[in-house]
Amino acid sequence: MGRYIIQRIVLTIPTIFAISIVSFVIIQLPPGDFLTAYITTLESGGQVVDQAQIDALRNQYGLGEPVHIQYLKWISRTLVGDFGYSFQWQRPVSELIGERMLMTIILSVASLLLVWAISLPIGIYSAVKQYSPGDYFFTFISFIGLGIPNFLLALVLMWWAYSYLGMSVGGLFSQQYADAPWSLARVLDLLAHLWIPAIVLAVGGIAGLIRIMRANLLDELPRLYVTTARAKGMKEGRLVLKYPVRVALNPFVSTIGWTLPGLVSGSIIVSVVLNLPTTGPMLLTALQSQDMYLAGAILLLLSVLTVIGTLISDILLAWLDPRIRFN
Amino acid sequence: MQNQTVPSDSPLLELRDLRTGFALREGYVKAVDGASFSVARGETIGVVGESGCGKSITARTILRIAGTNDSELGGEALFRRRTRDGRPGEVVDLLKLAPNGREIRSIRGAEIAMIFQEPMTAFSPVHTIGNQIIEAIQLHHPVSKDEARATAIDMLRRVEMSNAERRIDAYPHQLSGGMRQRAMIAMALVCRPQLLLADEPTTALDVTTQAQILALIRQLKAELGMSVMMITHDLGVVAETAQNVAVMYLGKVVEYADVRALFHDPKHPYTQALLASIPKLGREAGARLHPVKGMVPSPFNRPRGCPFNTRCPKAMPGVCDVDMPGPTTIKPGHTVSCFLYGAGDTRTEAAQ
Repeated sequence: MGRYIIQRIVLTIPTIFAISIVSFVIIQLPPGDFLTAYITTLESGGQVVDQAQIDALRNQYGLGEPVHIQYLKWISRTLVGDFGYSFQWQRPVSELIGERMLMTIILSVASLLLVWAISLPIGIYSAVKQYSPGDYFFTFISFIGLGIPNFLLALVLMWWAYSYLGMSVGGLFSQQYADAPWSLARVLDLLAHLWIPAIVLAVGGIAGLIRIMRANLLDELPRLYVTTARAKGMKEGRLVLKYPVRVALNPFVSTIGWTLPGLVSGSIIVSVVLNLPTTGPMLLTALQSQDMYLAGAILLLLSVLTVIGTLISDILLAWLDPRIRFN
Repeated sequence: MQNQTVPSDSPLLELRDLRTGFALREGYVKAVDGASFSVARGETIGVVGESGCGKSITARTILRIAGTNDSELGGEALFRRRTRDGRPGEVVDLLKLAPNGREIRSIRGAEIAMIFQEPMTAFSPVHTIGNQIIEAIQLHHPVSKDEARATAIDMLRRVEMSNAERRIDAYPHQLSGGMRQRAMIAMALVCRPQLLLADEPTTALDVTTQAQILALIRQLKAELGMSVMMITHDLGVVAETAQNVAVMYLGKVVEYADVRALFHDPKHPYTQALLASIPKLGREAGARLHPVKGMVPSPFNRPRGCPFNTRCPKAMPGVCDVDMPGPTTIKPGHTVSCFLYGAGDTRTEAAQ
C-alpha cells in the first residue's frame, strides 16, 4: 500500500509538468496578446497610443521574448510561489487568487458533501426498492434536476430567497463583511450565504449521482455474494450496506478526480449570476483580456486540483478494493 | 408459522408438493412444480437433473432466498428445528415464515447452510474470507471477535486449509479455486448446521480437486452428523456421495430411489436416458454415447401431460401428452411418475 501511494505521487510530477506546458500554450493561442487588447481598449476610449509607448510596455512586460523563454521564466517563478503579475488588475496574481481559490474550494467541498450526503442514500433506496413508487418519484425528481440549467435555478432561488425570505443572496458575504478580516461573525455570514450556491451547484451532481448509485447497486444486488450473505442469516439492511453498497461505491470513488475540478470550473456561469468571489468569473475575464499570468495561474491550479483529486480517488480506491491493492 | 406434533423419528426436512415460480416479462415460469421428498437425519440425498430443472431453486426456496414472491409459493417444507441444547425441537413450515423475518434468519446459516457452485463470486471480493466467516459465527453466537476468529481458524483447519492462521486474512482472489471452495465449506459449517445444501459444489473445480472436496464433505458430514442435499447434474457425484436420489425434470421429481436401485434398476425413461448418456468403463471402444435426445422444452411453453413426453422414446400418444402421471410406488423407497408403471395419483391438467 505504501509503495503504491509513493508510486502514484511520483507519477503526478510529470503529469503536472505536461499540464503546465499545455496551459501556457493554450493561453498563448489567441491572436495578439494582452497589449493588443489593452491598446484596443485605450483607443476605443479615444486615446491615441504611439508606437514608442507600445514598445516600452512590451519590454516592460517581457512580451517581446520567444514563447519558450516566456514559459521557462513563468514556470521557474511559479515553482517558488510567484505567479507573476496581472496586467489587468495591476496586482500580483497570488494576491488576487488567494482568497478566491479558498472560496472556490469551500464552495466546492460544501456542494460535494451535499451531493454525496443526499444522492448516496437516495440511490441506495431507489435500487433496493426498484420500481416502487418511491423509486419512480426520485427518478422523476432527478431527471428534472438533470434537466434544469443551474444558472436558471440560481436565478429562481435568488428571486425566491429575496422576495420570501427577505435575504440578499448575491455574493458569499454581506456588504459589511466583504472586505473585513476573518472573524467568527464573518464565517457565520459566509455560511448564511453559502447554501444557495451550494444547492445550485449540487443539484445537477445529486441528480446524476442518484442515477449512477442506483445503476451500480442494481448491478451488484443480484450477485451471488449477496445471496451467500443472506444464506448466513444476515439482516437485509446490514447486508445491503456491508456488501453490495461497498462494492458499488468503487466506481463512485473514482469520480472524485473529475468532480473536484468539475465543481470549480462548472461554477463559472453560476458564479457570474450569483456574483460569487470564486475563480470562475476571474478566469473568464482574464481569458477575455488575455491577462496571461492570471489565466495561466488559474488554469494551472485547476489542473493541479484535478491531479490531486485523481490521486485521492486512486488511493481511496486501493484502500477500498483489495484487488487493486494487491495487484 | 405452524407447529405440529410429529414423532421424533420424523425426517429432518420434508418437502410436500413444493411449488414456486417467477413472473417474468416473457411469461410465468413454473420453476418447481410439485416436488416431494424428504431428507432423513444424517442422510445425503442427491438431487439430479439438467440445467433449468429446478434443483437449485428448490434448495434456495428451502432457505427462502430464491427471490420469488410469497404468492408464488405452494406446498410445505417442514423442517425440524434444533433446541438450544441440540435436541430435536419443533417443526416449522419454512414456506410460512416471514421472508426476511427473525425466525428464518435464525435458521439460515445456523441450522441450514448452503454452499455454491462458484466460490469466487460467492465471497465478497472486498472482504477477507476471515471477515466473512467470523461474521457468520457472530450472527448466531454471542461471542467476542477473538473467540470467533479462533473458531474460524479451527474450522479452516478442519477443511484442511494449510496455513489457516495466515490464510484467514486472505482475500478471495488470493486463493485458488479449491481453497476458495474449502473456505466456503468452512463458512457454511462453522455454525454446525443440521442440513447442508450443496449446490453443484464441485462443478467449477478440476477433477482432482473435485474428489478432494467430495471426500471432505463426506468426512465433515460424518463428524458433524449433518444431512446433505447434494444438488448436481453429475451422476458420478451422486454415486459417490448420496444414499437416496431424487431425479428432477422441468420442476417435477420424476423418480426417487436409493442410489443402488437408481443405478441398477432405473425406472423412469428420463433416468434411463441420463444413465445411458454417461460413459462407462468396459464399454466397447468406439461405442457411441447416447445423449438424451432433444432439448429441454422452454419453461414458458411446457408440454401438456408428462413434461418428458416430447423427448421420451417410450411416450404413448394419447396418454403421456394428456395427463401428468402421479407418483407410483415400485417398492418401498422407490417411486416413479410414469404411465409405464401405472397412472399413480393422476391429476389431469384441467384439475390443476
